[in-house]
Parts: sequence; C-alpha cells; structure tokens
Amino acid sequence: MSSEAIIDLLQIILLTVSTVVVMITAAFKRDHGLVNALTQCGLFASLLIFVFVPPVLPLQVTPLLIFDEYSLFFSALIIIGGIAVTALAYPYFENHNQHNEEFYLLVLTGTLGAVVMACSNHFVSFFLGMEMLSVSLYVMIAYPIHSEKVAKFPLEASIKYLIMSGVTSGIILFGMALVYAVLGTFEFTGLAVAAGALAEGLDPVLLIGFLLLIAGIAFKLSLVPFHMWTPDVYEGAPVPVTAFLATVSKAAMVAVALRLMLNAQIFEFTQVTVVLSLLAAASMIFGNLLAVMQSNVKRLLAYSSIAHMGYLLVVVIAAALVPDMLSVESVGYYVAAYMVTSLAGFAVVNALSNAGKEMDQLSDYQGLFWRNPLLATVMITVFLSLAGIPLTAGFIGKFYIFTTGVEGQLWFLLTMLIIGSAIGLYYYLRLIYTILQPAQPQKDDPALGIIPFGAKAVMTLMTVAIIWLGVYPMPFIDTLQSLAGGF
Amino acid sequence: MILVWLMLILFAGGIGAWLAESRGAEHPRTVALAAVLLDLFLVILMLVAPETLGLGGVDTVAQLGQTGDWLVLYQADWIPRFGVSFIFGVDGLGLMLVALTVFLGLIALGAAWGEIHERSGFFYFNLLWTLAGVIGVFTALDLFLFFFFWEVMLIPMYFIIAIWGHENKEYAAMKFFIFTQVSGLLMLVCILSLVFLHYQSSGDLTFNYFELLGTQLAPEVGMLVMLGFFIAFATKLPAVPFHNWLPDAHSQAPTAGSVILAGVLLKTGAYGLIRFTVPLFPDASIAFAPVAMTMGAISILYTAKVAYAQTDLKRLIAYTSVSHMGFVLLGVYAWNAQAMQGAVMTMLAHGFSAAALFMLAGGIQHRIHTRNMDEMGGLWAVAPKMAFMALFFTVAAVGMPGLGNFVGEFLVLLGSFQVNILTTAFASLGLVVAAVYSLIVIQKVFHGKNTHNHSMADLSTMEFLCFALMMIGLLWMGLYPQTMLDMAEPTLRSLGVGFP
Repeated sequence: MSSEAIIDLLQIILLTVSTVVVMITAAFKRDHGLVNALTQCGLFASLLIFVFVPPVLPLQVTPLLIFDEYSLFFSALIIIGGIAVTALAYPYFENHNQHNEEFYLLVLTGTLGAVVMACSNHFVSFFLGMEMLSVSLYVMIAYPIHSEKVAKFPLEASIKYLIMSGVTSGIILFGMALVYAVLGTFEFTGLAVAAGALAEGLDPVLLIGFLLLIAGIAFKLSLVPFHMWTPDVYEGAPVPVTAFLATVSKAAMVAVALRLMLNAQIFEFTQVTVVLSLLAAASMIFGNLLAVMQSNVKRLLAYSSIAHMGYLLVVVIAAALVPDMLSVESVGYYVAAYMVTSLAGFAVVNALSNAGKEMDQLSDYQGLFWRNPLLATVMITVFLSLAGIPLTAGFIGKFYIFTTGVEGQLWFLLTMLIIGSAIGLYYYLRLIYTILQPAQPQKDDPALGIIPFGAKAVMTLMTVAIIWLGVYPMPFIDTLQSLAGGF
Repeated sequence: MILVWLMLILFAGGIGAWLAESRGAEHPRTVALAAVLLDLFLVILMLVAPETLGLGGVDTVAQLGQTGDWLVLYQADWIPRFGVSFIFGVDGLGLMLVALTVFLGLIALGAAWGEIHERSGFFYFNLLWTLAGVIGVFTALDLFLFFFFWEVMLIPMYFIIAIWGHENKEYAAMKFFIFTQVSGLLMLVCILSLVFLHYQSSGDLTFNYFELLGTQLAPEVGMLVMLGFFIAFATKLPAVPFHNWLPDAHSQAPTAGSVILAGVLLKTGAYGLIRFTVPLFPDASIAFAPVAMTMGAISILYTAKVAYAQTDLKRLIAYTSVSHMGFVLLGVYAWNAQAMQGAVMTMLAHGFSAAALFMLAGGIQHRIHTRNMDEMGGLWAVAPKMAFMALFFTVAAVGMPGLGNFVGEFLVLLGSFQVNILTTAFASLGLVVAAVYSLIVIQKVFHGKNTHNHSMADLSTMEFLCFALMMIGLLWMGLYPQTMLDMAEPTLRSLGVGFP
C-alpha cells in the first residue's frame, strides 16, 4: 500500500487506535473522566490530523474507500458530532449511572462506521460502515439499562431499533444482491457504466434492486412511510444517544446516499424519481403534521427530523436536474446547518437532564426564558433555525433548498415544502411560546442549577455556529464549492 | 453607510436595553429612548441638511446606471456565490417612510412608557429590533436582503404580541406570524424564479434590484411570478381576502405593538407593491390592475361595513385600517401621477392617524380594562383632553379637508377615476361609510351616559406630547402637502409613473 494511501487513511486509523486505547484503558482502570478525556483526545486528533498532514485528494484507496473533499467534509461533520456527543455524555451519565466507560467505546466505533460510510463508494464498504454504526447504536440506545428509574424505555427503544434496523439491513443487502446479479459490479461508478450498457431495455430485477436499496436508505433516514421507529427510539434513548442518532447517523447516510445517487446515476430510471418525490412529499407533510400533536420534546424533534429529511430529499431529487455542484453544495450546507442546530437543541435538553431523570416534556420548558435565559435563548435560536428564520443557519439552508428546487423546477415539491414549513412554523412557534410563558414555580428546578460544562460548551459553540452560518455564510460556502469535484 | 448606522444604532440599542434591565426596570426605556432619539436626529439631518452627513452627491447612482434620485446608496458584498450583496438606498419615498418609522418608534416608546413594566428589557429589545427590521425593508435594494429583513421584522413583533398581548395573544401572534411567513415563502419562490429567469437570459446570477428591473418574461410566467409578490404584499397591506390576521393581531397586541403594526408594518406591504411588484412586472401588473383595483374597492367597502358591526374598539380601528389601505391598493394600481401621490400621502397620513387611534384605544383599555364599547360612554366628561384628541384623529381618519388623510384619499380617487370610473365610484362610497362608523365610536365612547361610572386619569404629559406631535404632522400634510409630494415625485418618476 502506498504512503499516500496510508496518509489518507490516517483519520480512520486514528479512530481505530483510539477505540483500542479506550478499550484497554477501561479494562485496567475504570475512571469515567479519564476515559472520556481519552475519547475526546482521539476524536480531536482524528478531526485535526489533516490540518497537519495534508491528504492526497482525490484518491481511491483499495476498491472500497475513496478520499476526496466530499468525504473529508462529511467525515469532519461526523467527528464533530461525535465530539459533541462525548461532551454531552459525561455530565449525563456521571453520578447517575454505573459502568459508563464502555459507552465511549461505542461512540468511537459508531463514529468510525459513519466515517467509513462517508468515504464509501462501494457496496461492501457501505454495508460494513452501516452495520458498524447500527450495531454500536443498538447498545448505545439501551446503555442506561441499569438505571432503574428509566431503564424500561431505553430497552424498549433498543429492541425496536434492533429489529427494525436488522430487517432493513437485510432489505438493503437483498437490493445490493439484485443489483449485482444484473450489473455484476459493486462499485458506484461501475453501476452507472454497467447500467448504461443495458440501456436498451429496463430490467425489472434491477429496478426492484434499486427500490429495495432506496427503501432501506429511507428507513435509516426515517422518511415517511418508513419512519415508525423514529419517535419511539428518539424518546427512549438517552439524550446524548438521541443526539448521535439525529446527527451522526443521518449525516453518514445522507453522504453515502447522495454519492450513490450521483455516481450510479440512478435517476436514469424515472420510477425512482417518482418514488423519491412521493417519499419527500409524504415526509414533509406527515412529519410536520405529526409533530404538531407531540407533547414530548424528543418526540417532537424526531418528527421534525423526519420533515427535515424530506426537505433534504428535495435537493437529492433535484440533483438529477441541476448541476452537481449546486446539489452537493446544498446538501452539504443543509446537513451542516441541521447538525449544528440539532446538537445545540439536544445540548439544552441534555443540560436539564441526566441518566436518572430526563426533562423532555413540553411542560418542563414552560417559562424557561424567565428561569434560565441562557438555555432559553439557545433553545429559541434552535427552533427559529429549524423553522428557517433569517439570521440563523436554517434560513440559508432553506434558501439553498428553495434555490435548488426552483432551478430543478420541482414545483409540486416546492408547494409541499411551503405547506410543510407552514405547519412546521406552528409547532415551533408554540414551543417558543411555551418557553416565553410565565414560569411555573417548580421544586428542584434543574434550570436554576449549574449547567454542566460539557453541555454549556456544546451549546455555546453550536449557537455561535448557527448565527455565524446564518449571517456570514460566505467562507463556508467557499469550502462547500470544492466538494463537487469528485463527481 | 448612514443607513447601516440607523439600523446598527437600533440593534445595539435593543441589546443595550435588554442588558440595562439588570440595573432596574426603569433603565431599559431610557436606553431605548436614547437610541430612537439618536436615530431621529440622524433622519432629521438627512431630511434637512444632507450635506452635513456628506450626502450631497449622488455619484454612486451613476455607477449603477440608475436615473432616479437616490439620496444615499451603500453597497457591499455579502454572499457573492448567489450574487447577493448589501445594497441599501433611500430616495424620497424611502426617506419619508424611514422618517415615519423612526417617528412612530418614538410614539410607540411614549405609548409603552407607562404601560410596560414587566420584563421591560426584552420588550424594548423587541421594539427596537422591529424598527430596525422595518428600516431594512424600506432601504434594501437587493431582493435577498429585502426578503431577509422582511422576515427579521416579524420575529420581534411576534414576541411583542405573544408576551405582552391581551387575553387571546397566543392565537393572534401565531396567526400573524403564519400568514406573513407563508406568503413570504411564496414570495421567496417567486424571487428565486425571477432571479433564475434573469440568469437564464443574461447569464448573470444576481439579486440586485436594478439589474433585475428590466428582465423580460413571457406573459404567463410573468403573471405567475408577479402573483407571488402580490399575495405577499397584499397579505401585509392587507387587502381582502388576505386581511384575516389583522384584526386579531391588532386587538391583542399591546399599545406600542399596535402603533407599530398599524403605523409602520402595514406600509411595508404598500411599499413593496410600489417598489417591487409593479416596476419588476410592468406588463403583468397592467393586465392585473383591474383585479387589484377591484380588490381595493372591495377592501374599502367590505371592511368599513365590518368595522361598523364591531363592539371591540381596537378591532373596529383595525378594520378601518384595512379599509384605508384599500385606497392605497386602488391608487397603486391606477398608476398615474395623482393616484400614486395619493397612495403615498395615504400611507403617511394613515400611519399617523391609525397610530394615534390605537394609542387612544390602548390608553382607554389600560385605564378602564375593557375594549368593549358597549361598556363605555360619557367619557368626555371624565377625560376631556383624551376626548378632544379622539375627536381630532377620528375626524382626520374620516378624511376631513385640511388634514393629511383627505389629501391622500382625494388624490387617489382623482387618479383612479381616470382609469376605472365604476370602481372609483364604488370606492368613494367608502368615505361616506367611514363617517358613519367613526361617529359611532365618538358617540358610544365619549357621549351618552357614563353607565359604568368609569373614572379615569386624563392624558399624561407624555401622551399629550405624542398626540400633539402627530397632530402637527397631520395638519402639515393637510395644509401644505407639497413638501411630501415634492419628495415623492422623483421616486415615482423613476419608477415609471407618467407625470404631466
């Protein structure tokens, strides 16, 4: 293997090494703080490695992995997500749960799997990365199982996710097999070539293969009608894990799915576009409609994430019709905006919760603005960003989606987008209204206590990022414009 | 740069007011007052002595290839990726509206002065940010920037209604926000369509207002894109059938909120029609004019009728607002010199009269805790100064010659008569109905027997001062409207209105 390949692999290698180091440390010395710090070091090292060692781009390392600006961008987002989750997990578990050390092992393997997905342009690495991420998540969701007060929900959520996700993996695998049976290749770019050679007649087996793949991906992105698991799992999982699920796992799947769409040119089949449009429209409408009825913040964020993935899908559909550069840029921006916004939101929930008791009911947030202005301001910023209001990252993100949609002339989806956004506004505003209402005196109000450092750091940084991306996005857009080079 | 300063002072003042709360509940209003006064000072300088600010020349205008009379223009890159830049400019029309905004900002502070004691820091923060957003709307000449401020002014207003509003505030605030936001999104889609159509024909991706002005569009496409703009502005104006949010928002908002809503926020809709909808889509607008003028006439008559049926004082005034803004819609789509001048005059005069009436209604509610006119009566004897003011501003709103509203509405009717006789004839009936509902207000509230034995304090010095200022403004507009007409004329000429 060439030295260039080794350099490009450094990020993945560092993550792997950190996993081993953390595992050995945890085996010899059970010290939550130490393990947490080591994990943070490993994640930061892998995030920053390419600042010091310039990678060679683009480079295909083995048939399985490709390293280009695109993969590096998404890997960086994923690792930042991992760092935030690690920071949130410490105060959440400390003093409220026993045996916390292995959790970070799972964060690292999950992050590793997600990074592999971001770098994948081959069915095998796609599947390997996805499984590594999913298996880590099964355990992470059920992690506070020994905490007696809340143990019921994590276990239920975990089993639910395990079964659903397992079936989905099977479906994806079957789809891959059918595609392979017709085209004889696992490589994304090879798929386009092979499909082009078969262009004279559409093979139904191939179409079914692609549709199965799409169903699997839709499940992981929780698009309607494959969304059933999302609210239960979001609600049942401990807050840091929900954050991981909402950001890292989504970003990785979006990265690999967009690459698959663009490289393999699946859009050549009109049926695929129709199916994707229906998924997008249903997700935007039903995601938002169902969110209206929620009284639990985590469930609400789950439905809101369904809607947001629907918005994002509009860009993916438009990718067939607009220049690659615009669609990749839009997806990159939107995922980044969504990640910082979600992380800030979960950081607030995390600041009020711990493994012993979660503050995730809407009523817990009533009057938060007067009880703790800092937390409330962050939370309001988050909801405004999710609603796509100016001065926040969400606004530019939504602007990107509208731009891409208009350029692709997807008028039906744009109409759905407007309707969805209108419904979305309703519940975001209701949440903001709840936060602004007069405070109800509560006993042991956690909002009056000290906010743990980890949560405080995450929410401050992410809020700054939300505002910065919303007000002065140009430097970030410049970065994004280089991403499409690989397509 | 002076325009950016106007906004920055308000933004900074808002944050300052919020922070000042920790030093005592009375501090925020002082900070807010200082910021608004500073802004007002700058605006007056711009009006009276622009050369002291270095605004004598209009050199930058030549670079943009524009013939209009721009007093100030400021340009800087923002998101070059999309051809989005900061372009702020005011001409005569813009400057008058900015002046109106800052002036009514001061009035709103006066209205809030004795009324808002709870969480005052956050209140003044929102008030100043709304004003800054509105100034942004009146000065932005980049469509993206315009949309940006269009949304920015909403959120603080939402907070003002949602936190300090009356009994049904959540519903009203939500309705206000969703109506405006959804129509705003429609406008965003249309802005983007326009930009991309322009991009396809010229290869130049830009949101610059001046460059988009001459875009050639196929008739059907032009009509669709124009409609998106129109609906957004007609919702804000508002015109029947998009007016539904307004009575709730106005009646539930605290007094200062109503003053800003009626006095300033409605004008952004009219301004959008004048600055963007018609000039960007001249052909589609001509084709659409009969419909729009009919909508204007319906707004005038229908909401006047509805106003007549109200018992809630603030709701009644809210409906009359819709009625008066119907004249603006009528005038804008008649698109000739008299009608346009009239529309501008109506915007300014209604800004004053509606603000004053809402302030009166708010004052009454604050004193006797009801807005229900059936429970009032005989207040003239209790609060004569207030009653006099009420009579004055009601008469102004009716369109008494010698006051600003008369000039505006008369010019609108004069202009639109040349375009569409039938519609104008119906619209002019609005003046008659207005007299009826206005006199009813005076009758019910101030005359008759004080059956509930309300006793209340008369106007405070602060309030009296506010009303006196607005009175002077209306008298000026009514007696010597030439000041305003002269300022608006170059703008209207450059927008393509034919002057004799």
